[in-house]
Amino acid sequence: MSYVSAPMPLDPAELHGDRPSERKIAKDTVFQIDDLTASYGRTPAIKHISFGIQGRTVTAIIGPSGCGKSTFIRCLNRMNDVIPGFSSEGQILFHGIDLQGKDVDPVSVRRRIGMVFQRPNPFPKSIFDNVAYGLRILGMKDNLGDRVEHALKRAALWEEVKGRLKDSALALSGGQQQRLCIARAIAIEPDVILLDEPASSLDPIATSSIEDLMHELKEDYTIVIVTHNMQQAARVAEMTAFFSISEGEDGARHGVLVEYDETERIFTNPSEQRTEDYVTGRFG
Amino acid sequence: MNLTSEHRRRRRTVNWIMEGLATLAALAAVALLVIVVGSIAKRGIGAISLDFFTKTPSFLAGFGEEPSGIANAIVGTFIIVGLAVLMALPVGVLAAIYLNEFAPRRVQTAMTVAFDVLNGIPAIVIGIFVFVFLVAGHGQAGVKGAFALAILMLPLVARSTQEVLALVPSAMREASLALGAPRWRTTLSVVLPMAVGGIITGATLATARVAGETAPLLFTTSLATNAVSWDPSNALASIPMFIFTSSEQADPALQEQAWGAALVLITFVLVASMIARAFGLRSRRRLSGGR
Repeated sequence: MSYVSAPMPLDPAELHGDRPSERKIAKDTVFQIDDLTASYGRTPAIKHISFGIQGRTVTAIIGPSGCGKSTFIRCLNRMNDVIPGFSSEGQILFHGIDLQGKDVDPVSVRRRIGMVFQRPNPFPKSIFDNVAYGLRILGMKDNLGDRVEHALKRAALWEEVKGRLKDSALALSGGQQQRLCIARAIAIEPDVILLDEPASSLDPIATSSIEDLMHELKEDYTIVIVTHNMQQAARVAEMTAFFSISEGEDGARHGVLVEYDETERIFTNPSEQRTEDYVTGRFG
Repeated sequence: MNLTSEHRRRRRTVNWIMEGLATLAALAAVALLVIVVGSIAKRGIGAISLDFFTKTPSFLAGFGEEPSGIANAIVGTFIIVGLAVLMALPVGVLAAIYLNEFAPRRVQTAMTVAFDVLNGIPAIVIGIFVFVFLVAGHGQAGVKGAFALAILMLPLVARSTQEVLALVPSAMREASLALGAPRWRTTLSVVLPMAVGGIITGATLATARVAGETAPLLFTTSLATNAVSWDPSNALASIPMFIFTSSEQADPALQEQAWGAALVLITFVLVASMIARAFGLRSRRRLSGGR
């Protein structure tokens, strides 16, 4: 029985130009989000979101709790599909392909667009097997050891674990576990890495090592990071989207995109009053 | 401060009484187990000998000849229960996997209730059901008894598996799905390995529970010969049936044999439960992330 699904379901020609080696234009639009509304059951969590996310850039999504940051980022790799009652309208174009299109397989979307979660979630397997998991599933079994080593090096974890790859991943510290999860995500060579508050459960030292890592990784990957820590957004991101909560006529609260701009502008000279209130700490 | 000693005394008394009652209840439960096991052991130990395990009952046991053994019943019980496990385990585990990992929530709720109802159906009703549909007009068979036991086991296996699967953190599923693993692969490579100990525990407890069932066997596989038989297409002897018939005999030697058989049965069940607990511990350590 062969359970290896070919990891090329999106049109390869469309994606071809984005391979790091062949890329000519430095920064093109990877995600074009157009009037996205996402709901759980009948309650919309975010409404009418439109903006574009550039390639090989770190884009931060900031905003107060409950503004739909996580809902939004989980739309980008269709992770919300697994939540019962979830639905979305509008369009998310990924390199021009409608991610929510009927013929698009969410499994292949996630193979291209990796994700790191709020809490480190390594499998209760060895360090090696954690990184190798995705590779094995996707049939990238040639040079498995090299691929694992490479991913661990990219995630700045190799030096700490190289002598004990067979040990349980659960024996690692929280920060190491999160870097392992990043290694696991980049091992399968995705185009994009989504990070959903990756440092929120980590101490400052572990947090800064994750942030250093992001600076490294943006050379090759498009990174979208959700954070409620504004300093973090200012440190790591070139572009920042500020989400906030709006109240509809019926009093229901939902998340909206208030402003999207270069990080520096968002923090020094935002064009919206609500952004300024948030970044100066008067709200949220 | 007016924290009177009177208040304190009352609080202490109430605390003391509640603690005492809870301890008494716990002791009563343990005492019951000791009394049951103890009385069975006391009456049955005399029947236990090597012959008891290796020989079959003699035809004239009730008429003055010394009774010999229950080898046929032990073999029969192993075959019947083994077949029941083969039938109920895959269906129960797969059903639980479907319900927990794939089914829409409404189906999940409905099926869970259905399993609970099935679990509540008395064993004798299951026995009659199998009798009417499979035995009447066709004759008894060990495999039909196994089928009746499997019906009893199914909800136990399915519900315990469901509960173990629910303990696997959804973060583990998300981690796997986010790496481009399809759902079935996630279930197979991440969820099941974490749950397997608990599934085995549940299955073992369910097996122990049905191994002592008598009513379903009475209708389906009670008219057996005294010879050791490995053929489940015939009626097979079984330990519960042996206890049931022998305990009603006039011959005190046969009654002692019934106690002896009861002792053998609860020993099996006890050993099975202990194995199940060992697996359960291992599984819990895995889930809680032990080193």
